Amino acid sequence: MRRNYEAVIGLEVHAQMRTNTKIFCGCPTTFGAKPNTQTCPVCTGLPGVLPVLNRKALEFTVKTGLAMNCRISPYSRFARKNYFYPDLPKGYQISQYELPVCEGGWVDISVDGETRRIGITRIHMEEDAGKNIHEGGSYSYVDLNRACTPLMEIVSEPDIRSPKDAAQYMRKLRTILRYLGVCDGNMEEGSLRCDANISIRPVGQKEYGTRTELKNINSFRFVEKAIEYEIARQIRIVDEGGTVVQETRLWDSAAGVTQSMRSKEEAHDYRYFPDPDLTPIVVQQSWVDEIRASLPELPDAKQARYTSSFRLPEADADQLTAEQAVALWFEAAVAAGAPPKAVANWMMTELMKHLNDENRPIEECPVQPARLAGLIALIEQGIISGKIAKTVFEEMYATGRDADSIVKEKGLVQISDSGAIEQAVDDILAKHPGEVARYREGDEKLLGFFVGQLMRAMKGKANPQLANELLKKKLV
Amino acid sequence: MITQDDVRKIADLSRLALRDGEAEAFGAQLNSILTYVQQMNALDTSAIEPTSHVIPLQNIVREDVVRASLPREAALQNAPDATDLFYRVPKIIE
Repeated sequence: MRRNYEAVIGLEVHAQMRTNTKIFCGCPTTFGAKPNTQTCPVCTGLPGVLPVLNRKALEFTVKTGLAMNCRISPYSRFARKNYFYPDLPKGYQISQYELPVCEGGWVDISVDGETRRIGITRIHMEEDAGKNIHEGGSYSYVDLNRACTPLMEIVSEPDIRSPKDAAQYMRKLRTILRYLGVCDGNMEEGSLRCDANISIRPVGQKEYGTRTELKNINSFRFVEKAIEYEIARQIRIVDEGGTVVQETRLWDSAAGVTQSMRSKEEAHDYRYFPDPDLTPIVVQQSWVDEIRASLPELPDAKQARYTSSFRLPEADADQLTAEQAVALWFEAAVAAGAPPKAVANWMMTELMKHLNDENRPIEECPVQPARLAGLIALIEQGIISGKIAKTVFEEMYATGRDADSIVKEKGLVQISDSGAIEQAVDDILAKHPGEVARYREGDEKLLGFFVGQLMRAMKGKANPQLANELLKKKLV
Repeated sequence: MITQDDVRKIADLSRLALRDGEAEAFGAQLNSILTYVQQMNALDTSAIEPTSHVIPLQNIVREDVVRASLPREAALQNAPDATDLFYRVPKIIE
């Protein structure tokens, strides 16, 4: 992006709520069910039916609002958003327009070590549409399983200034939603979707430029790429003396470009009005307080605690708190008595490497947190070396057994008896008179060779510090 | 005043096809309805909350418990057009 323009970006994120049933009827919301097997007269919009709000969807929305520092409206209501599309059986979507459940919040994101606050305009509830399937030929096909699935729409203020910040904001929302357990955050399955409003303006100008709305962004990588492309496109137009047209554009991930949807202007004439089929929602302060009390410790709070109480570097705290399950695992290992930094190091290297290789969630980690603490204790007590510990860890990961019994069974206890090590040192020096002579003539790099020989002779079990000391002493 | 263009636009948004002369006829009817409602303007309603619901009920909710869905055959049986699995509609051009 050129220096003389800045981008103004606002995101509308749709999060599918993790309820058992749809927002206005009792149909299940299971992903991947056979087409048109999870519908009923309500979600297919048959005459004479009444939608009834799923209490859980309201609770999840209030919960999310609180986690994102919003005001919870004591009175809110549903509205009809009218438009025709084959995946919308009623000819309107039930949404919220005036009086959404949550307003005026914020989340903090951290980019390159800097914290930025992104305002949340509102969070409202609405129903999802069905799915259209396009194949060749002269027909399209409609599956209404997804129709009426509960969504939260989280609308940000136009506070985002770069594609990278936008992606970071998305990640932060996902983390919070997953901590709360209100959305699984699976972008591939469409549980989290993002539309972006983008405009550019000369740096220093207060007024916003004409914005375009980008739809169809379905991965973190695409959030960044699509917005980057759109900013560059707008700058090019303005630089060439043109004007940006207000329109909806689709991100085409295969071609890596955004394309105009060329929809008619009327498509945006939604004629919202209050939905008479659904009663107003009055949220009592006592219920809000109850929900607030049930909130888990959120990523920002955890991170602050990890850097202050556990004295972890910020990067470690970041990584360990991105997923709640990882954070809880870490805390369990620390609670079992291991020093936090040692646990963090093991988790971010060996443990994560294994889990990532097997694409296994930490909940299914074969090593229990307390057992990692046990392994660390053996190192701290000088019973095994850090190097041997890696071998022990492999065995723990493969079998789920505890460190102590593996060390005992395999005879891996570190030898800290200086007599035994001295004996081995003498043997090695006697076997390599040439190297000894060269070392004594000043080739000190050979120390590594002797250490290697010694460790091999002692099957890696020599206390490394002691081994080094004794070698140096005898080589003088 | 509702113009004939307004009527055509509303009809278009509602996917209603108008025959010749209907824009004029419906325009006149809509205007007469609006004129009738306009009597409200004679009253001072500044201190009255706009009414969005006429029934004095609030917070009608259900628990998040699964109920049986319709069998697919039943769901599709009244559709104007369907395959074994899907509702079938004229091709949607994005």
